[in-house]
Amino acid sequence: MSVKQAHAPQLEGELVGRGRRDGNRLFKEWYAELDAAAAAGDPTAYVFVMGSAAEVLKAFDLNLVFPEINSLQMAVRKVSLDYLNKAEDYGYSTDVCGYVKADVGMHLDARKHPNGRIPKPSIVVATNMCNTYVKWVEIWQRMYGCKVFVLDIPGQRGIGWSTEPGSEQFENDRRYVQSQLEELIEACVAVTGRPFRIERLQENLAHVNLMAADWKAVLRLNQNIPAPFNAMADGLTYMGVLSAYRGTEAGARYMAELREEMEHKVRLGIGTIAEERFRLHGVGPACYPYFRRFLELFQDWGAVFVSTEYLAYAGGGLDLGIQFDVERPLESLAEQLLITGRRSMSNMFFSQDQLADTVRDWKADGIVYHSVKSCRTVSTGMADSREYLTRIKDVPSLFVESDLVDPRIWSEAQFKNRIDAYFEALGARKSAALVAAKG
Amino acid sequence: MAVAVRSEFGVILERCSGLAEDVTYPSVRRWREDHPGGHAVGHFQVYFPEELIHAAGMLPVTLMGAGSRLEAKQADSHIGSFICSVCRTSLELGFSGRVGFLDAFYTTPICDVARNLAGIWGRNFKGMTAEILYLPQNANAKQAVSYLRNEYARVLAELERIAGRPIEEADLRRSIRVYNENRRLLRELYRFKRETPWLLSTTEAYVLAKAGTVMPREEHNEILRTALAEIPNRDGRRQDRVRVVFEGGFCEQPPLDMLQLIEEACYIVDDDLLIGMRWIVDDVPETGDPLYALAESYLERSTYSCVQHDDRKPKEEMLLRRLAESGGQAVILAAAKMCEPGLDEQVAYSKALEEKKIPFLLLDFEEKMTAFERMRMEVETFVESILFD
Ligand code: SF4
Ligand code: SF4
Repeated sequence: MSVKQAHAPQLEGELVGRGRRDGNRLFKEWYAELDAAAAAGDPTAYVFVMGSAAEVLKAFDLNLVFPEINSLQMAVRKVSLDYLNKAEDYGYSTDVCGYVKADVGMHLDARKHPNGRIPKPSIVVATNMCNTYVKWVEIWQRMYGCKVFVLDIPGQRGIGWSTEPGSEQFENDRRYVQSQLEELIEACVAVTGRPFRIERLQENLAHVNLMAADWKAVLRLNQNIPAPFNAMADGLTYMGVLSAYRGTEAGARYMAELREEMEHKVRLGIGTIAEERFRLHGVGPACYPYFRRFLELFQDWGAVFVSTEYLAYAGGGLDLGIQFDVERPLESLAEQLLITGRRSMSNMFFSQDQLADTVRDWKADGIVYHSVKSCRTVSTGMADSREYLTRIKDVPSLFVESDLVDPRIWSEAQFKNRIDAYFEALGARKSAALVAAKG
Repeated sequence: MAVAVRSEFGVILERCSGLAEDVTYPSVRRWREDHPGGHAVGHFQVYFPEELIHAAGMLPVTLMGAGSRLEAKQADSHIGSFICSVCRTSLELGFSGRVGFLDAFYTTPICDVARNLAGIWGRNFKGMTAEILYLPQNANAKQAVSYLRNEYARVLAELERIAGRPIEEADLRRSIRVYNENRRLLRELYRFKRETPWLLSTTEAYVLAKAGTVMPREEHNEILRTALAEIPNRDGRRQDRVRVVFEGGFCEQPPLDMLQLIEEACYIVDDDLLIGMRWIVDDVPETGDPLYALAESYLERSTYSCVQHDDRKPKEEMLLRRLAESGGQAVILAAAKMCEPGLDEQVAYSKALEEKKIPFLLLDFEEKMTAFERMRMEVETFVESILFD
């Protein structure tokens, strides 16, 4: 029986909001598994949301820990400051990425996370999608002596630069990525003592194929008016499942069901708030220590985040709807990692054209740039990209600053003032456009 | 009236310090005047294989900010608030038109601020190539060298396009020879600093080296040769001073005043200032495929820095080795404000030194800082604590 048939007769009440409910349940289960793994001392890999190599690691039944998600959860649960303080007392500067520090604080506290115990790392895999990842893994290497693997994915070299599969340039980079994957497999065999079975990798790739196709569809369903989900709020839950359950049957099923829910909402015209007055595209993560308030400040104006860059880059490029060729698994994985990884990085380093396309396709009224102190990866070029888009494409935008994990950087009054002023101007602009259109 | 006779060393030093600190780049402008139709290519810190630029007959120029000599007036509105100063002032060099003589700008993946520079540069300075040279970040990958060789070939092709002429292997070999000589001379300079720090201060060695970032290396080699010949004849009396290693100058550069104040209290016998110039520690092979030789040397004949992860070079061990080889007694662990890699490493270094019971001092700095009183006190107290321990 297909997923669609299974849920066809469900009542609307059960279908609407299912993605959030199931996402939260899956999340709890995942943390419970980690807690059990910590107790049993099972082999565990620490990985990052941007380029987790989950397809390979899960072929070895390694538990996956996502330190970024751990830190984010600390922030949402409003305990991040305790952990940040521990790391700063240990010696970390106030200017170091707060995700790193919250995590260090947790390790100094015997890996006690508000969601459960976190197992020790046996192997850690960092892509180069954020350079801080590479510094972060060195911290665990010192703490635990675990194996460190840096998976290097050469990114876009400059504006207007691109390569297609088959071209000499692409193949040079792909060969490099593929040989690293082979070395990662060797490292996993050594760390787990388990053999590598290519069929397991193929299975995982097939699950990702399903998940990616549905994820791409889910994101595009938000091009509808009203948008069926808030990319900044609900999107976070979806993204968590996408990362933690990547390459699994449960993950693929979840995404299929989510797609079904969103299609249903679109059919019935169900949005996220009573009246969708403004559609926004978000650049940068939210302020998670004040997540609810952060979202309310926008919702109070009838604004919905219809898309975010975060859902693109933090998904390691899955938004493109990856399709692996499972018959040539390693080659295809290398190829897709290169395409999607590169796209994730381009979203941060050369964002201007993709941003303009997203604004157009998602029918956004404007862009909200949230620059966060912790993350220079996403924040460094924001002001310039904003200036460029205003100048070249006349996209109205708001620029606010705080942090994604450190509550000390948040100033609600300042946020509110800027947000209010922005929507007043945006409202006037929309009215003027309406009048002009009526002619 | 006594007339002060300046030694040749003094003349060279003055010239170098003028060139190294002048944000109008007089030596580059002069080079462009002397080479009509010539091209200059800029690269950001830390390491760039300048041999590629040099082989094309172009002038390589290192961009490393502008210290307190330039206010980031325009750049500030293009870059986030929590970003290191060296990136701001490097961008300001672009916005203010000071480096308008460049035909291309390259950055590398040392950190994400640096990677972002390629986008900002490209969006704002049209007509100039603005790219990332993707140095391999998995230094331990079996294919890292061959990947890098191909990446160098890609950059070379772009340089050929700009130069409007092919770059032959013989050109590359000639450049490798010039740069090998430059690195050898810099090693000599550092040997003096290590063995006879009373004859050559770090500030002096620093400006002598830094001048090389804005002039052709042949010229720089001449300068270094003359300076090196003069050093043994300098007046300088050995003093009973604490010998320290300065770590933390790999990217953003500490102001000269800061180095000077440290040197007033102790000898700096080794450091990682301008480490990119000395990244390759041995001669690059002058035979075989020159691109391969350069790529291999980047990975296999190189020193360490907190912006490179290499399992073969655990950074604490490398620092301890630097300390032992230079006969240092203590370490100054500096980090530029807002510099993620530098600040992360500072913690790791300090824990390692603590464990070995090696005295160290943590200093945060900014290239643009101008008030040093507090730092002076910290350094003096630190040195005294070692002397009277
Ligand atoms: S710098 Fe940004 S992307 Fe990198 S670990 Fe920190 S928050 Fe994550
Ligand atoms: S000073 Fe640090 S943060 Fe700034 S560009 Fe250099 S390495 Fe990057």
